[in-house]
Amino acid sequence: MSVQTPGRSRPRAYRRPVSVWWWLRKPTYLLFVLRELSSIFIAWLVAFLVIMVFSVGRGADSYRGFMDWAGQAWVVVINVLAFAFAALHTVTWFLLTPKAMALRVRGRAVPARAVVTGEYVVLAIVTVLVLWLVLR
Amino acid sequence: MTLEAAARAAEESITLEVTRYEPDGDTEPHTQSYVVPLRKDWTVLDGLNYVKDSLDPSLSYRWSCRMGVCGSCGMNVGGRPSLSCGTFLSDFAPGPVRVEPLSNFPVIRDLVVDITDFLDKLPTVKPWIIRDDGDVDVHAGEFLQTPAELDAYSQFSSCINCMLCYSACPVYGLDPDFTGPAAIALAERYNLDSRDQGARERLDVLIEREGLWGCTFVGECTRVCPKHVDPASAIQRYKLKAAQESVRAVLLPRGGR
Repeated sequence: MSVQTPGRSRPRAYRRPVSVWWWLRKPTYLLFVLRELSSIFIAWLVAFLVIMVFSVGRGADSYRGFMDWAGQAWVVVINVLAFAFAALHTVTWFLLTPKAMALRVRGRAVPARAVVTGEYVVLAIVTVLVLWLVLR
Repeated sequence: MTLEAAARAAEESITLEVTRYEPDGDTEPHTQSYVVPLRKDWTVLDGLNYVKDSLDPSLSYRWSCRMGVCGSCGMNVGGRPSLSCGTFLSDFAPGPVRVEPLSNFPVIRDLVVDITDFLDKLPTVKPWIIRDDGDVDVHAGEFLQTPAELDAYSQFSSCINCMLCYSACPVYGLDPDFTGPAAIALAERYNLDSRDQGARERLDVLIEREGLWGCTFVGECTRVCPKHVDPASAIQRYKLKAAQESVRAVLLPRGGR
């Protein structure tokens, strides 16, 4: 990795090993790892939704069977945990969006706060739409 | 010394816990404590200079400008990558203050790290202005920029190569092949320059796994950057452009790109 200059010997440098627990060293590292872990729970929620849609498609009996399965304590616990992680996922990624997108409107940079607010507005609209679909 | 004077002396001093490593004798670093005066206007670097001048001339560390411009005095102070010339001892009172070499780099001696790896990587991202139109006659005139064109990249041009971002980056710690925050931010600085035409050449290098996509957006580089360069933002914006470029390459005919 380091280039050895001819005719000059480098002193023995000390390489510090990276601990397996590096992500516990700082709160920001921990939050990052939790954010990455949240993708597993997002995947679970997607699978849950797909299974539910399939059981609805197979008729009333199948849907009732699914509901019984989903009502078990361990499934509820996983779903509550998954919701918490989904919320974490949403909040952290919304906060990071302005960093990845440098929006300019009429030559002026759009302030980060406006981008994040816009995301929450869109989230609220989609939520209301879904609620209306489900509850009407 | 009276009891009162001793108490006052203790009040006006702070302990530095400094990492020492002597490459010829030590197999691994150890910590040595030094008691230095605690003055309101003293930085960690002032404390180290006091140690060097008055207590232990064998202590090794890098420094030059003492005003956050040269980028040579980066150290882990209290576990956080910092410029020791811009970190005040009084913020750590009553102490002790832990002073370690920057993480993720091999330690040459005491607080001095080997940044050869970064110096090898820096030219690979071609951090200079590239023109398609061959050699430009520098005497032909200036390449004028509007304030908006300057504004597009000026933030990313403030990098002083202090290596705090590399020290803060867990990706670089785990995978030393990662190009790293400062180098990618500097590539982006030239991409955003209206006079530059080398974005494609740089992307060819950075599109590799160890380039842009090595970054997992921990964001710690931005938090520790003393010049507010925001490397995390530069890398994410770069990723967005790289992704758009890939999609365009698939969808559009050759002429449309």
